[in-house]
Amino acid sequence: MTIVDALLAPFAYGFMVRAFVAAIVVGILCSVVGCYVVVRRLSFIGDGIAHASFAGIVVAYLRHLDYYVGAAIMAVATALGIGFVTRHGKVSMDTAIGVLFTGAFALGVFLMSQVKNYAVDLQDYLFGNILGVSQFDLMLTLALSAIVAIALVFLWRDLLYTSFDPVVAQTSGIPTARVDYALLVLLALTIIVSLESVGIILVAALLVTPAAAAFQLTRRLPTMMLLSASIGAFCAVAGLYLSYYVNAASGATIVLLATLCFFVALAIGRRAQGPI
Amino acid sequence: MSAAVEATHLTVSYDGRAALVDVTFALAPGHVLGIIGPNGSGKSTLLKATAGLLQPHSGTLRVFGKPPTALPPGAIAYVPQIEAVDWSFPATVRDVVAMGRFPKLGRFRPFSDRDRQLIDSALDAVEIRPLEHRAIAELSGGQQQRTFLARALAQEPDLYLLDEPTTGVDAATEAALLGVVREIAAAGKPVMMSTHALERAAEWFDRLLVLDTHQVAEGSTAEVLAKHVHLGTFHVHGHHKP
Repeated sequence: MTIVDALLAPFAYGFMVRAFVAAIVVGILCSVVGCYVVVRRLSFIGDGIAHASFAGIVVAYLRHLDYYVGAAIMAVATALGIGFVTRHGKVSMDTAIGVLFTGAFALGVFLMSQVKNYAVDLQDYLFGNILGVSQFDLMLTLALSAIVAIALVFLWRDLLYTSFDPVVAQTSGIPTARVDYALLVLLALTIIVSLESVGIILVAALLVTPAAAAFQLTRRLPTMMLLSASIGAFCAVAGLYLSYYVNAASGATIVLLATLCFFVALAIGRRAQGPI
Repeated sequence: MSAAVEATHLTVSYDGRAALVDVTFALAPGHVLGIIGPNGSGKSTLLKATAGLLQPHSGTLRVFGKPPTALPPGAIAYVPQIEAVDWSFPATVRDVVAMGRFPKLGRFRPFSDRDRQLIDSALDAVEIRPLEHRAIAELSGGQQQRTFLARALAQEPDLYLLDEPTTGVDAATEAALLGVVREIAAAGKPVMMSTHALERAAEWFDRLLVLDTHQVAEGSTAEVLAKHVHLGTFHVHGHHKP
């Protein structure tokens, strides 16, 4: 088998084509949104929102609703809840994340324990099942990704200023509270889009690792986003090929590649910053 | 001439306690007001209230005759202490100074030639043009302070609020800042600046406001210094930040 054959072989299957498209879109989206996660030092928010969405998925399962809808409602509610508790309670954001995410996740586990024989596809959301992406799922992924991308462009200056200097941004007429909530909702949507590909457990890695790798290599946000998106897309494609040929879990393979990229970037970054 | 900033019996609460009580002063355009007092005396609270970040609890505060929040975006440039932000943020010096144009540009309008010239001259004014493409993560405290002041200059505000700009900077930066502040005043713009260092108060300030939560003294720099010789003790007793 030639290399070209090896590269093309997976595309003989419709589900593999959908998997590749979903992986690339999710890889890029998470990596770009992840830049804000990294520069704002919110690394645990991805974990938090993703775990919280589990309760929404269980409720949707019990009520025979669409999992996406259940997860989206719970994720957005948790994201806004984290923002509200941080703003109005006397706690830092990581404390708010810790309280709300464990509470919502416990609710999911509690509800699931009431179910006698929960179906395997509930587990798919914990670990991801990118090969099970349906045509409808793919369309939803593309639509939600487009919404998030447009919002990021629309709010570019607001997000940039609010991320660097929220106080002065506020005196400059930027509605910083609303910008913060908007970012949380965009994060929640990004996580929902990613759940089927990488799963609840690993989505946080895609939100943090490619952006953290890019951060080692550049000192400008637009460049960081381009680099992060490239790393995310590369890991998605390479990870999917690798998982196809070694028959491993695709989400885990993608995340492992991203981790490898991070350490390579760390080495390059340290070298570049060394004494001249 | 009508006052640029006017506070009457101003009381401001912060974190549930009165951080500033019954302060009355007026600042004319082209004057620099030095706000002096120990830590926790309400200096930052006064600047934040003037920037519209905190609401008066009682009394009135007017900037150009209006409540600060009623002014158009960018009319007031608030320069926080440099520790207020995370300097590892991925941006260059020029990126940060360019943010000063955001209030006038809004969400979408691209930078015009005039915007770029304003950014250039702001960088020149604080003498960091050679560093414009440097990552802000690599700046010294003095360079960080210059970057913040350049961002304020690029904003073309009508009022400048500087929170302890001379803290943690080298002598050369302090001299450069003094030059810029006096130029701003010479151009007819009012400046309010907090500080704990009094040695060169006469060079920096036209007027002084001495705070210790309450108003201790207010007047021209010469008057206040003459009446309150003991003010030097603020510095001697080490009220300044470590």
